[in-house]
Amino acid sequence: MADLRIDYCGIEFKNPIVTASGTFGFGEEDGEYTELSEYGGFSAKGLTRTPRPGNRAPRIAETPSGILNSVGLQNPGVESFAAEIMPELAKLDTHVIANMSGNTVEEYCEMAEILSETDTAIIEMNISCPNVKHGGLAFGTDARTVLELTEAVKKHCKKPLVVKLSPNVTSVADIAKAAEAGGADGVSLINTLLGMKIDINTRRPILANNTGGLSGPAVMPVAVRMVHEVYEAVKIPIIGMGGVMSASDALEFMIAGARLVALGTGMFVKPDLIIDVKQGIAEYMDKNGIKKAVDIVGTLELN
Amino acid sequence: MKKAHNCKLLAKREIAHGIFDFTVEAPEIAAAAQCGQFLHIECGGDVFLRRPISICDTDDNTVRFIFEIKGHGTELLAEKEPGDMINIMGPLGHGFELKPEYKKAIIIGGGIGVFPLYKLAKNIEADVFLGFRSKDRVVMEDEFSAAARSVTVGTDDGSYGYAGYIAGAAEEFIDNNGADIIFACGPLPMLKAVKNIAEARGIPCQISMEQRMGCGIGACLVCTCETGKEGMDGQVRVCKDGPVFYSTEVTLNG
Ligand SMILES: Cc1cc2nc3c(=O)[nH]c(=O)nc-3n(C[C@H](O)[C@H](O)[C@H](O)COP(=O)(O)OP(=O)(O)OC[C@H]3O[C@@H](n4cnc5c(N)ncnc54)[C@H](O)[C@@H]3O)c2cc1C
Ligand SMILES: Cc1cc2nc3c(=O)[nH]c(=O)nc-3n(C[C@H](O)[C@H](O)[C@H](O)COP(=O)(O)O)c2cc1C
Repeated sequence: MADLRIDYCGIEFKNPIVTASGTFGFGEEDGEYTELSEYGGFSAKGLTRTPRPGNRAPRIAETPSGILNSVGLQNPGVESFAAEIMPELAKLDTHVIANMSGNTVEEYCEMAEILSETDTAIIEMNISCPNVKHGGLAFGTDARTVLELTEAVKKHCKKPLVVKLSPNVTSVADIAKAAEAGGADGVSLINTLLGMKIDINTRRPILANNTGGLSGPAVMPVAVRMVHEVYEAVKIPIIGMGGVMSASDALEFMIAGARLVALGTGMFVKPDLIIDVKQGIAEYMDKNGIKKAVDIVGTLELN
Repeated sequence: MKKAHNCKLLAKREIAHGIFDFTVEAPEIAAAAQCGQFLHIECGGDVFLRRPISICDTDDNTVRFIFEIKGHGTELLAEKEPGDMINIMGPLGHGFELKPEYKKAIIIGGGIGVFPLYKLAKNIEADVFLGFRSKDRVVMEDEFSAAARSVTVGTDDGSYGYAGYIAGAAEEFIDNNGADIIFACGPLPMLKAVKNIAEARGIPCQISMEQRMGCGIGACLVCTCETGKEGMDGQVRVCKDGPVFYSTEVTLNG
């Protein structure tokens, strides 16, 4: 029987599949249509230093094979997460990955400190956020900024730190290298691609926020290419994501170099996707005589 | 744990131009369904997201829903034929709250908003007001008449029944006969009018809302609507906290 267990940052995951941050809230809907204990890990919704009500609706627009979202990081803030939500999540039979977003280096450091005192297994740092000190340009778009931010946060972080990379950059490999040089224990990618959808009758964007992040199958080839580039560039382990709708999609990410694979938008359409994905990976392993999941990772052979 | 069901389409009828009445075999959904809840339906083909459609009626084994072709998703759904399978999640959301003290119930529906009100009309004693754009858009009049204490049908253009917006007819009725609860579903301008009528008279009012949705189960936080409250209580989820809310819980501004 295929052994789906896999090590990530020194932590054993019972299988390589986790949720993508923001696509299953804080797990409140566990057990309705999806059993979080089926997952190796659960990446919780993005947290900010203080509570955020999020953007106005509509916050979603459908696009070919995907969606644009502009939730705007609606969340109760890191302190409320640490005090009220994390103790509940700790009861789940899965590893928790707390995801944080900041507008300043100080905010990220404070959040890392607070989250380090909780039972979260890993801290995931979303760097697709505007850096208010630098005219609102996203932290994740500049290698030097990413290096300095990661170095600073590492000093306050007692858990493995995974840096979540933005695809809205010229070279994702350069950003990954900067995160590694700054001391990151892992990287996750991809976050959403910035996009816009227009209603031709009103000549206005569908999203109240005008622009939003593209996710779903539409982004998958971009995401797989980026995971491949990052795998070639760094030694730290990768969480791959972007449009996974099946076991074969997840396997593509693993072959490209991802140790863990996240399901996000796909769950909106197929709430029990995790079951099919795990089963499909196990069948693939049995068929190909692969005993351990890690033996799939990075096995890509280029033409 | 609940799961999405593959349901066989048993009957299909076009009840007005572009409006389709579907009955599917879905015993689990039928058994659990409450008035005002909805289904999240896979349309097939290249349509990515599911589409939210209200439960119109249920039987022991079957669920009925009625939808209008709006865009590509509902267009593909309308191409299904009896015998075809449709993947459906449901029943979802928080439906209408029925309380024994309600004796003078008013139901107000507009356009495609009449469909989620039918099961409700069958379950309670109510005076029903249904508004449509024009005579050729009038649907389900006979069925509502069989289910309700009284039915008033109106058209915006005056081509059939009460002439003008149906909320006006309901308002006259309420001022003459009183009401202790109002249930409403329909286009936003109608809901705003009904909210004003109810709140000006201190009558509790439950309205069913629409918003663009993702997961349909409360996890992705995209289908919010505004409550008018400060901070974190400023948004509620249409798919999970709703689609039915008391009029005082939502601003109808976004
Ligand atoms: C709780 C609820 C119950 C509903 N019940 C019914 C019903 O019983 N009968 C009926 O005819 N219609 C109903 N609707 C509206 C129906 O969901 C939309 O008409 C449908 O999603 C349009 O899809 P489309 O592909 O044809 O249109 P498109 O415009 O191509 O759809 C593009 C995207 O926008 C979304 N969208 C577009 N219009 C709406 C809308 N008004 N509300 C929510 N999402 C929208 C679609 O779901 C899709 O994701 C309901 C909506 C909600 C939220
Ligand atoms: C509704 C929604 C909310 C999201 N919220 C967050 C978030 O709070 N933090 C974050 O790092 N990524 C967030 N993401 C990005 C996802 O975690 C993921 O990187 C992206 O959607 C690609 O994966 P997918 O195509 O499988 O969804 C969000 C995505 C969606 C669709």
